[in-house]
Amino acid sequence: MSSVRIPPVLRDEVGGQKAVEASGGTVSEVLDQLFAAYPALGARVTEDGRLSRFINVYVNARDVRYQQGLDTTVGPDDTVILLPAMAGG
Amino acid sequence: MTEQSISLRHVDAREALRLAADGYRIVDVREQVEWDAGHIPGATLLPLADVASRYAEVLTDPNAPLLLHCAVGARSARAATFLAGRGFTNIANLTSLADWRAAGGAWEVPEQLLTPAQARRYSRQTLIPEIGQKGQRRLLDSKVLLIGAGGLGSPVALYLAASGIGTIGLVDDDLVDESNLQRQVVHTVGRIGQPKTASARVTLEALNPETRVIEHRERLSADNVERLIAGYDVIVDGTDNFDTRYVLNDAAVKLRKPVVHGSIYRWDGQVTTFVPFAGPCYRCMYPTQPPEELAPACAVAGVLGVLPGIAGMLQANEVFKLLLGVGETLAGRLLMFDAMNTEFNEVRIWRDPDCPACGDRSPFLAEPATARQEVPA
Repeated sequence: MSSVRIPPVLRDEVGGQKAVEASGGTVSEVLDQLFAAYPALGARVTEDGRLSRFINVYVNARDVRYQQGLDTTVGPDDTVILLPAMAGG
Repeated sequence: MTEQSISLRHVDAREALRLAADGYRIVDVREQVEWDAGHIPGATLLPLADVASRYAEVLTDPNAPLLLHCAVGARSARAATFLAGRGFTNIANLTSLADWRAAGGAWEVPEQLLTPAQARRYSRQTLIPEIGQKGQRRLLDSKVLLIGAGGLGSPVALYLAASGIGTIGLVDDDLVDESNLQRQVVHTVGRIGQPKTASARVTLEALNPETRVIEHRERLSADNVERLIAGYDVIVDGTDNFDTRYVLNDAAVKLRKPVVHGSIYRWDGQVTTFVPFAGPCYRCMYPTQPPEELAPACAVAGVLGVLPGIAGMLQANEVFKLLLGVGETLAGRLLMFDAMNTEFNEVRIWRDPDCPACGDRSPFLAEPATARQEVPA
């Protein structure tokens, strides 16, 4: 199971947790499993079943846009970070 | 003859010149202010008051030949006696520095980078090798623009002014509200209702009268952004909304201005540094902004008072490195701070070749870097 870090603004959708566990061999599979377990989270960050563009995804601190996108491999010990921009100042 | 008198001898200028040519190490035991007014090139400064505590660190070889001097040989004689008593075997004491100069001995007057008052005020940071008087001079000649005189802008402004940044510009069109004071530490109860730029100016000028504070009492927009940022060396982004952040980003890329980014939400903060075309920009990092409900302002979501303090300190730290040209900035790294767990994490961010602002087809690639303009008074 890999660990998925949830940004503060989305923690209400996962029962207040900072990180949750999800399984899957790719980012896409991990997210599918995550959204199945937490449908409220999926509703917030997907559009037409696809991950919204305003959410950055990192696997082990590396942006998947510069790897294989949602097909980027995720190992059981990897950390996936979901990160939208913050506005406040 | 005592052992001490064998290892220590007094020499006149002519003899001293010969010893210097023979490779004697010259040690100047006068005070820093005397040194600053002129000294022998290549000499080592070790003020008499520091000899006992620092001689072992500065003079590592007790058998190395030393030529000590002060102005008229009295202080250096005391230093020489002390060193002889600590086992130094070959010490010459110059009896007149004026004679040395009259005899054509080498002499240099260092460029006066700081006034005596500045040297005193900033002594704790000029002692740092990476700053020194040269770095302090650079800070005093620097111009930093803060977008927002609120949560992030307050701590940044305080430390920039305290450390002697020469010019601080403040862009904000808001008034001080009671609810700001829990974190916007540059403002005070007595100034509720005043423009934030004016309120901040009072605090900053009291903290450091030498810092020039320029109020830009307006809201940053596409219409005024280039005019506002053009005259500054570094921009600090402490705004509270995405529109302003993207507007600032595009203009900063166009005018090649580094931007130190900070953003906060309740217990969490993000800090990074954007150096146009050398690293990613804000659009590279966040090509698309989240919907309003997923990115509430502090007024809606709330924020821990110290959070902008911590994020602002990290921003100020970036400003100093950018201005001094030392260390590693956060360019290419997004630093995330979680105050609830006291945790720092970072992710790598990359310059996006397809970025509409700074990518390979950027409209600003051919734009020549604008000449530094004068900040309007």
